[in-house]
Amino acid sequence: MRTILAIVRKEFLQVFRNRVMLPILFVVPFVQLIILVNAATLEIKNIRISFVDNDFSSTTRSIFNKFAYSPFFKIQPSFGSFKDAEIEMKKGKTDVIITFPSNFEKKLKQEGKAELQVNINAINGVVAGISAAYVQSIIASFLKEEMGKSYTTILPVQIKVITHHWFNPQLNYKNFMLPAILALLVTMIGMLLSTLNFVREKEIGTIEQINVTPIRKYQFIIGKFLPFLLLALVELSMGLIIGKLLYDIPMLGNLGNLFIFTILYLIVVMSVGLLVAVSSRTQQQALFVLFFLLLVSIMLSGIFTSVETMPYWAQKLNLINPIYYFMRVIRMILLKGSSFLDLLPEFISLCIFAVILWQILLVKYRKSTI
Amino acid sequence: MLKKNVIEVKDLVKKFGDFVANDHLTFSVQKGEIFGFLGANGAGKTTAMKILCGLLTPTSGEVYVNGYNVYTQSELIKKNIGYMSQKFSLYDDLTTFENIQFFATIYGLSKKQIIEKTTILLEEFKLYDIKNHLVGDIPLGWKQKIAFLIATFHNPSVVFLDEPTGGVDPITRRQFWELIHRAAASGTTLFVTTHYMDEAEYCDRVSILSEGKLVALGTPDDLKNQYKAPSMDEVFYKIARNADV
Repeated sequence: MRTILAIVRKEFLQVFRNRVMLPILFVVPFVQLIILVNAATLEIKNIRISFVDNDFSSTTRSIFNKFAYSPFFKIQPSFGSFKDAEIEMKKGKTDVIITFPSNFEKKLKQEGKAELQVNINAINGVVAGISAAYVQSIIASFLKEEMGKSYTTILPVQIKVITHHWFNPQLNYKNFMLPAILALLVTMIGMLLSTLNFVREKEIGTIEQINVTPIRKYQFIIGKFLPFLLLALVELSMGLIIGKLLYDIPMLGNLGNLFIFTILYLIVVMSVGLLVAVSSRTQQQALFVLFFLLLVSIMLSGIFTSVETMPYWAQKLNLINPIYYFMRVIRMILLKGSSFLDLLPEFISLCIFAVILWQILLVKYRKSTI
Repeated sequence: MLKKNVIEVKDLVKKFGDFVANDHLTFSVQKGEIFGFLGANGAGKTTAMKILCGLLTPTSGEVYVNGYNVYTQSELIKKNIGYMSQKFSLYDDLTTFENIQFFATIYGLSKKQIIEKTTILLEEFKLYDIKNHLVGDIPLGWKQKIAFLIATFHNPSVVFLDEPTGGVDPITRRQFWELIHRAAASGTTLFVTTHYMDEAEYCDRVSILSEGKLVALGTPDDLKNQYKAPSMDEVFYKIARNADV
């Protein structure tokens, strides 16, 4: 026990004496939560829209106004011909072009239907899909209002769908992203710092001085884990406080459970990190491998996109992705108020990871080389 | 043999792939002896020393330190040895005292013991003024003394010193050897590698390694007689020349 404490003490002395690391530790949560939560959003606003109006009728004018009032669209100057508008889109200056053919209003009034053309810049498929949906819904609502008002056409009986969004009623994207950013924060601080710290001991040769002592392997590993585990928990607390103050993020579940899960999760990812450290000679090597591992597992974890909509194989791959479990857990606890029992499957999975990784670590970390 | 052998090495072989770093070494070191391990760079000194410390596993041969087998009881060996690496390996961002405290605690010394002993030893080593200095800011010669202090702090029965005086000024080197002799006088066995031949004269017994093989072993006087040389320096040249031919 005293041995472990001696290592913890030494690590803290080193961290707090480091003029570069220390400020970063306290700046990171602010920067991540303030910049990333606001920047990483799927809500699409300010879609630039241009019109090519060959009809010049009151109907096309009203549709135009409908778009002008929408907060999602930003009206660009109109064009006399589709060709001009197309050039503008190719230059990247407009996102959507709506073209009304001549006789649009006439056709609509006489035949009850008319066609218009919508062109959408689909370089970013997600944005294009959402833009298309917005355009359709605006035109649909126009038709419903206008047809109901000025035309006596009897509308067929409609089924009205009222959507109710559970766990995030306003579909607030920040509520969805903030827990994910917290998960990343904890991962970065815990995993990255402990791994690099371990490899540094190898680089400067102090690991040899330690390996020549009768220290037990588990003592050394725990001694290395604890300081960074504590730092990561401090970061999590800071993140939660910032989240509450700045974004009023919901905290429906038991925060104690969240901390229990965070500790378990950190043990898992730190073990992965230490395994990387054990087989790296330099900090560059370790950082490169970690970067690769983190990038893949973060993207796969469902941070931006829902895991349920991923291909089957990707969903299965996530079963061995610790970040996937933690991402689920932190969102479920904060947004859904899940109890410990609800999260039992995730708890068991993370425990299995921890046990297996520790066994590998105890074999892989050797005090002597062959 | 009347005295107890602290280190027993028989037919030690260490290979890295095809490269033979230690080629059938056989020697023993007695309690309280200063045993010099000499040889050119790359002769296999550090490899042999790391095997004795349990940092490397030998390829074959029998190796005992304090009666413990290096293959199976290396953790027991580690309780009773001190090691000072060729490369300075204390924490630059900790103070002298913090470094001492850290390693001494790992060796299981109590807080009280550590504080008392640190005061005595820092006085003895003339390092008291830098007790609270960061090790990174201290000149190399002093750093080496701190490393030696830490290697011997827990009263090990054997201390392994890998080129302890490399890059150290002549005055500090002399002080260093005084410390080594003092440790030997109190019954500690010292296993020292060096390539300063004048330092070889200070050893009780000297062994010379060349290309992984043990080519000479004896007291400095014996070797000088054997090779009809006035100094250890000459002995070393004669052996090195033979090895080249």
